[in-house]
Amino acid sequence: MVSGPLTDRTAIVGIGQTKFGKGVPESELELACMAISAALDDCGIAPSEVDGLASYTMEQNREVDVARSVGLGDITWFSQIGFGGGAGCGVVGQAAMAIVTGQAEIVVAWRARKRAAATSRPWAQIERRVGEQFQWSRPFGLLRPVDEIAMLTRRYMHEYGATRDHLANVAIAARKHANRNPAATMYEKPLTRDDYMNARWISEPLCLFDNCLETDGALAVVITSAARARDLPHPPAYVHAFAQSIPTQHQTMTNYFNDDPLRGPAWVCADKLWATSELRPDDIAVAQLYDAFSPLIILSLEGYGFCKRGEGGPFTDDGAIELGGRLPVNTSGAGMSEAYVHGFNLITEGVRQVRGTSTAQVEGAGNCLVTSGEGVPTSALILRK
Amino acid sequence: MPEFLLPLLEGDEASPFWQGCARGELLVQACEACGRRRMPPRPMCPYCRSTRRRFEPTSGRGTIWSFVVPHPPLLPAYSELAPYNVIVVALDEDPTIRFVGNLVAAPDADINSVDPATIEIGAPVEVVFQPVGDATFPRWVLR
Ligand SMILES: [Zn+2]
Repeated sequence: MVSGPLTDRTAIVGIGQTKFGKGVPESELELACMAISAALDDCGIAPSEVDGLASYTMEQNREVDVARSVGLGDITWFSQIGFGGGAGCGVVGQAAMAIVTGQAEIVVAWRARKRAAATSRPWAQIERRVGEQFQWSRPFGLLRPVDEIAMLTRRYMHEYGATRDHLANVAIAARKHANRNPAATMYEKPLTRDDYMNARWISEPLCLFDNCLETDGALAVVITSAARARDLPHPPAYVHAFAQSIPTQHQTMTNYFNDDPLRGPAWVCADKLWATSELRPDDIAVAQLYDAFSPLIILSLEGYGFCKRGEGGPFTDDGAIELGGRLPVNTSGAGMSEAYVHGFNLITEGVRQVRGTSTAQVEGAGNCLVTSGEGVPTSALILRK
Repeated sequence: MPEFLLPLLEGDEASPFWQGCARGELLVQACEACGRRRMPPRPMCPYCRSTRRRFEPTSGRGTIWSFVVPHPPLLPAYSELAPYNVIVVALDEDPTIRFVGNLVAAPDADINSVDPATIEIGAPVEVVFQPVGDATFPRWVLR
């Protein structure tokens, strides 16, 4: 038995989301308020009871504006976490810490995002003069996140023999799951291996279908103590374990400068996560792995200990990460086929799996691993019944 | 000349690197206390915590560690040349010292001058320098 002060002491009790789309008329603030309102309705908690707020540093809506719009009560704890897609599970985990330490009783965590917003496509808005980290890559035409991850992917394929078929396995699994999820952007759009192999390049070796979607939308969750959670309408999704990581000598995204660039933040995050959990990788029923790009799934399968280094590609063969496979991954369609909202939909889908209400439900799933961005300072959660 | 992104030639921790490029030298930051090299540059040595630092010459020779071939949508100057290559080079004398750059067919050739199908990880390369705007960029040719 391994447990710590956070183990199963808090739970996600409410989830909410807006529709996902492109060019939606609502502002980011309106989207955030709609998702938070839906999450509060989901658990039957009044806005006036909320006393904590958590989100991403890249979130453009300020706590004061959200709280005044939704009619929240007196806020006694608020926090933001950096590094974009690496933040999501950290937002929930730090909310759990705030609850366990008594700084708040009911925390709302959220992410709202529009493609046209200041934080969207930051690579397309950069100044002509670049300093600090990105002067070592962007002047040479390594401009976008996809280029940065493609560089690691090519090296990974070279070292371990992974192939485009493995990357296709990831894209196809996500799409099959999205095809069961009416809320998913790609609900009605199947994806074949031929479609994948014939798709246009974005940054070789990555093609269009190795990339996540671009989405307007918002999601929110409500987190409270385990004691309070037991009185609420849905089965609680307990925060069983939580970890964050910045590995030694890590540089976010363009992590090409240390001894072992392919050993990303997932490894350190996993060590901490498993050290505070009663569960082992073999016990995990279903996983929501951060998928801004398909190779991140393969790296995460290795980092979180589902297979050895270099075996993440073959792990995805024979439908292993599809519903019915050895480890169903990204059962809502996730960033690649449901919506890309900096990975927050991975958290809500993890809750649905634990509740038993996913549209790609893993039968009897008692737990779910959820991870945030690989290749950046990251975080992860284990949710369980 | 297309509008490439440019580094800060003065006032940045790394400005001496770019000034070295203008003189035809590929420099790397090193600690004056313990002598160890580090890339990218930073104000404190992660090995001994000294803030005494200098830039010193490298061999300018290495091997291709990885590469990508970006396609549009890209910033306009880069879109014009796409598909082009971007490589990471590991230095011969210390393969953990790496530089992002481009493989070119000749010292004055564009970043799309090499057929991407011919690029191989492990290929030996050496640095050349090209003026870009008011800066000088390191590029790489096969050796
Ligand atoms: Zn030193």
